[in-house]
Amino acid sequence: MNEQFLFAMEVTLNGLMAGVLYALVALGFVLIYKASGIFNYAQGVMALFAALTLVGMMEGQVPFAHLINAMFGTDIHHFGWTVPALAAIVLTMGVMIFLAWAVNHFIFRHLVNQEPIILFMATIGLAYFLEGFGDLMWGADIRKLDVGLPQGINLWIDEITFNAFGYGFFIDNLDIVATVVAALLVVGLVVFSQYTKQGRALRAVADDHQAALSVGISLNFIWVLVWSIAGFVALVAGIMWGAKSGVQFSLSLIALKALPVLMLGGFTSIPGAIVGGLIIGVGEKLFEFLVGPLVGGATENWFAYVLALLFLVFRPQGLFGERIIERV
Amino acid sequence: MRLKLATMALAGIVAAAPAMADLVFPSLSYRTGPYAANGIPFADGYADYFTLINQRDGGIGGEMIKMIECETGYNTEKGVECYEATKGEGSLIYQPLSTGITYQLIPKMSADGIPLHSMGYGRTSAANGKVFEWVFNYPANYWDGASIAVKHLLEINGGSLEGKKIALVYHNSAYGKEPIRTLEELAAKHGYELSLLPVDHPGQEQKSQWLQIRRERPDYVLMWGWGVMNQVAIQEAANIRFPMENFIGIWWSGSENDVLPVGDGANGYKALNMHLPGDDFPIYEDLKTHVYDTGLAAGAGDQAGSVLYNRGLYAAMLAVEAAKKAQEIHGTAQITPSMMRDGMEALVVDAALMESLSIPNFGPEFDVSCENHGGSGLGIVQQWDAAAGEWTQITDYIESDKDVINPLIAEDSMAYAEENSVEMRCE
Repeated sequence: MNEQFLFAMEVTLNGLMAGVLYALVALGFVLIYKASGIFNYAQGVMALFAALTLVGMMEGQVPFAHLINAMFGTDIHHFGWTVPALAAIVLTMGVMIFLAWAVNHFIFRHLVNQEPIILFMATIGLAYFLEGFGDLMWGADIRKLDVGLPQGINLWIDEITFNAFGYGFFIDNLDIVATVVAALLVVGLVVFSQYTKQGRALRAVADDHQAALSVGISLNFIWVLVWSIAGFVALVAGIMWGAKSGVQFSLSLIALKALPVLMLGGFTSIPGAIVGGLIIGVGEKLFEFLVGPLVGGATENWFAYVLALLFLVFRPQGLFGERIIERV
Repeated sequence: MRLKLATMALAGIVAAAPAMADLVFPSLSYRTGPYAANGIPFADGYADYFTLINQRDGGIGGEMIKMIECETGYNTEKGVECYEATKGEGSLIYQPLSTGITYQLIPKMSADGIPLHSMGYGRTSAANGKVFEWVFNYPANYWDGASIAVKHLLEINGGSLEGKKIALVYHNSAYGKEPIRTLEELAAKHGYELSLLPVDHPGQEQKSQWLQIRRERPDYVLMWGWGVMNQVAIQEAANIRFPMENFIGIWWSGSENDVLPVGDGANGYKALNMHLPGDDFPIYEDLKTHVYDTGLAAGAGDQAGSVLYNRGLYAAMLAVEAAKKAQEIHGTAQITPSMMRDGMEALVVDAALMESLSIPNFGPEFDVSCENHGGSGLGIVQQWDAAAGEWTQITDYIESDKDVINPLIAEDSMAYAEENSVEMRCE
């Protein structure tokens, strides 16, 4: 088989895997936007905060240690124990639920019926607050995140493809895990929204929150619920991205990777986030492979947006977004 | 009433003005944002050295040091704001730890008459003192770094790189592009094939670049990265099983932050350095006595001995020595920025000086002159030992290929001089 074709196949597969990682970040945006109409600028920082909290818990780090030491002249940093990964994930989820409650209680409860731009500005404030709060709570060091996920080349795929084509494909084990996790996450979200009482309530609020209120659905509860689920998605994204690069403050920038996915897939569709992620992932990787060498490389960041804009020309609401028709 | 107002205004001016007896060293640091993990150890080392000089020696020539810290977040606009906000305090020198900020400050500081020291970063051709009166980049610059890496490869290949393939993975910015011209010149000289792999900011996703490396199988990979790009690149190299001993980063890609997140996979990774790593120097005893144990350590006090902490110490040490030299030249302890510049231009760092400062062999020997603001261009290669969790020096100080670099510096600086109508000095 033609060597270039094999390389393109390998690039496509890796693009699909990268797309899943982008989709993981985009999912959090979609969940909150769908339920409350808020474009949550803080989603990337939530992934960072969740990953920081997870590593801090696992390492037995004392939260706000620097602040405590500065105020009381102590020298404490660690509790002296470590927490197993699974328990730390559960504890971190507890923190994310508390955060969801706090965000709703202190910010969004007071902004009901405000213009979308006001809500958006509030999430910008939240993002900067959360970044500073995370720094104060856990410090700014780069930490290795080891929750037992496999990393590195998948030897089985390498061998199979080598035997079949004479060239072994590189697929990262972490990307395979991310794909499985994303699939489970989507199935879980669909089951939750279709077959549970809370899920149906969430959909009702998403469709028409005033009608939902009139039948006794608590808007506060639904918002806390949806921010908690978005917190869980942020935790999953934080784990996957944190395993790649270590947990550090640039994790918050992964939100940049989700924006073209949202533009393409639509802000209100969970399948849209997944399909959008896959299209962006494959598109940018193939473009870099085919055209990158001709134009000096580094095309991925901007090409993702070009691709999203191209789709928008034909479907302004995104691939799976709801078409909004306002009559005047 | 008028007298009362005048008195109050005068009192306000006196209160707002800096204590003129202090020697002011601003620290344009970044303790927040995506690059904080690298900014913090440097800022801590920088501050701790000044604290040591104040506590142990009573300042420089009897004048206490006043360090003003300003947070830039590694953001060029904020860096310029910090400069504007602090330059009126009597600031003697700026070391902004950012190529972007450095580029913005070069014309401003040249006009204001305040020296700028970009140690191993910034505009490489600023090494030409004939053109850049107020800018210094000793002891080594990016082009030195490129040449040192190639010289190391020559050494391990029996003096020839003929037919070898070298890939440069670089941050797609002015900083990352700095070594390209030098590496191209060196490729022509030594016969290796150079391929260029840019990585867009911030560098969290590098699958395309490392798949290309896996396909093209270069013999060596060089890296010009910063921040998250470094950790991801080293992780991806480990993922594709690229031999780590054939992967060499510039000195901004060679701190503990870059390798620790990768764990055992980073073992054997190499990086350049302009000073030695670790805390096996007598100065650490002094720091312990006068800074750490007295509760005066900067930040959380947990960065001692790390590569970037040592770099902060080194940068502060060079500033202090230049100030001493300025005091010596001008016969006064209360120096001005202009006098500080004279001190920097007359700086001589030799083995005896480093020994006397309790940092024997810590950095390269070099001297600065009117023509040469770039120092000797020496650097070491260090290698990461994942089991021990430390960097090990594996070469002596290697000198860059001046036959290639000097003409490039002359060409670039002369173009700058022509563009900005700069009058030649030192003639």
